[in-house]
Amino acid sequence: MTQAAESIVEVKEAVKRFPAPEGGVVTALDSISLKVQQGQFVTLLGPSGCGKTTLLRTISGFEDLDSGAVLIGGESVLGVPPYRRPVNTVFQNYALFPHLSVSGNVVYGLEVAGIKKTERDHRLKEALERVGLSGFERRKPAQLSGGQQQRVALARAIINQPKLLLLDEPLSALDRNLRQSMQLELKSLQHDLGICFLFVTHDQEEALTMSDQVVVLNQGRIEQIGPPDLLYHKPATRFVAEFIGDSAIFSGRIQNTEASPVLVTEDGLGIPVGRGPKPGDHATLIIRPENLSLAPPNPDDSVSILDAVLEQSVFRGATHQYVCVLPNGTSISATPTGADDEAFSRVSPGDSVQLAFRRNIPHLIIESQ
Amino acid sequence: MASKRDTRRLIALLTPGTLFLGIFFLGPLAVMVIFSFLTPGLYGGVEWNFYHWNYGRILGWADGDWEEFDPVYAQIFFRSVRLAFTNVLITLLICYPAALWVSGLSVRWRTFVVFIITLPFFVSLVVRLFCWVLILRPSGFLNTTLLGLGVISEPIDIIFTETAVLIGMAYILLPFMFLPLYASIEKLDYSLLEASSDLGANPFQTFLRVTLPSTLPGIAAGAVLVFIPSLGNFIVPDLLGGAKVLMIGNLVEQQFLSARNWPFGSALSVMIMLVMFLAIVIYLRRIGRSEIVR
Repeated sequence: MTQAAESIVEVKEAVKRFPAPEGGVVTALDSISLKVQQGQFVTLLGPSGCGKTTLLRTISGFEDLDSGAVLIGGESVLGVPPYRRPVNTVFQNYALFPHLSVSGNVVYGLEVAGIKKTERDHRLKEALERVGLSGFERRKPAQLSGGQQQRVALARAIINQPKLLLLDEPLSALDRNLRQSMQLELKSLQHDLGICFLFVTHDQEEALTMSDQVVVLNQGRIEQIGPPDLLYHKPATRFVAEFIGDSAIFSGRIQNTEASPVLVTEDGLGIPVGRGPKPGDHATLIIRPENLSLAPPNPDDSVSILDAVLEQSVFRGATHQYVCVLPNGTSISATPTGADDEAFSRVSPGDSVQLAFRRNIPHLIIESQ
Repeated sequence: MASKRDTRRLIALLTPGTLFLGIFFLGPLAVMVIFSFLTPGLYGGVEWNFYHWNYGRILGWADGDWEEFDPVYAQIFFRSVRLAFTNVLITLLICYPAALWVSGLSVRWRTFVVFIITLPFFVSLVVRLFCWVLILRPSGFLNTTLLGLGVISEPIDIIFTETAVLIGMAYILLPFMFLPLYASIEKLDYSLLEASSDLGANPFQTFLRVTLPSTLPGIAAGAVLVFIPSLGNFIVPDLLGGAKVLMIGNLVEQQFLSARNWPFGSALSVMIMLVMFLAIVIYLRRIGRSEIVR
């Protein structure tokens, strides 16, 4: 089977501009191209105003594109109104009908489609069981908690068996604990149903927890598409590295010394990096806190050393976070584990430390030559 | 739990209003109810004897005479209810699309339109209704225009008909339907309409299943606000209905001012109040409660 046949949604060169309130235009979608495969959990991740909700709304049909195309199941949906599109949405504020009961809300889509009552009842029961709301049929939305309303919104969407379920920051109104349990539930629901979920969020943790594929958006452009671990370990751009996870980021120019290439930042900090970049390259080095530890007594070529001063250590439950300051004043965090954590915990704040990272682990983005 | 101080403040704040209504509303109301059970005096006024045939007369049996059944007053009564109800429908059909349209305008235009709609209140009701007399009479604006355009060959009889009364009543009561409707349509959560569309409902289904039920409180409030003044109105039928379209309001006016039969006039007023009371009870039980739940 070819890739095109499998993709449930395809966005081609989508461009959307809005008039800005202060005059001029805002480009919400700047030539976005995207393919979503059957049965995947795909997350659109980005800061507010990056165009992720606009992209979702062009798929659900509430926004038109200025140029480009949206294909659902291989067919262009240009000019097709939302109510004729085989997708359903879970809205950010849930948008439950306040005058209808839970069952009235959930069977809404089946009623307007003219599905027979016996089948409606059957599917209602199934959908409510799936989201764990059996017994709540006759309640009004106002009589439900936020988490329960969330479940009604989910049931109302999945009962229609859409080809694609769109979720617009559905967890943002829930408190932290509930949000985390809903993340896992959503993930298993998606797995059970086997339909594609397209999930919009600005929360990187949410994106990493649930997704098969994450699409990182910034200022209307796609920064990177990939599975969560790829985004975390091999961010394609500085933006992705900054947005996903904690990291210390150094940008500079590569200079060759006798031993290995060294990244020299604008303020003169030199960091030895592994092989790969050529002298004169602009490069960005991303060091995750968990990749840093104290330097061993006799370091070999495989590790790079950074001189620093320990500023403070913060208890983080399973580990400590050691906040250090580099000679150029940049602060950098280390969260070593096991024996490395123990060794680090013997250092007192104010002491000089040698931070080490394995050269093959940190990620180097080579931006230009 | 309200503290003693709160209670005292509450009493202080409520006393003026309660006293005013008690003296100037409940007092006269009690007098009216009592009068409606008294014997009409020969030359006006009342005789202090219990007499329930004022109500009998409304139903068609006057002065205890079971033989003679003449439901003329009952007919006027039902005509009034029918006209008031028709008027509710007319104003609703005019105002709902208008309110939908206005709520879609920008804030500045919305404010302006709402101001325009309340503007007629600045002019005396009688003056405004007299304009309708000038428009609707045989040699009036409507007929001369239609004759001039050749639409009709003879002046149409519109003044002193039920149509004229309905036009006049709809005209004066439109704002009372529009404002509550507009308030409730403006509050309508736009995301509900999107959700409906997302779930496969076409615009017509969305209107029937979401827009209309969500704005029901506004419809009900407007209906009550139009129904009650329509039912008791006597100026409009007086000016535009002439002697032909007598409504219950005119009857009350006549009984008090011309016939000087205060007990019968009181009985009619009590009947009007009962019907209005019924309308409000239906409103509170059917719609008012759902609003509280929200």
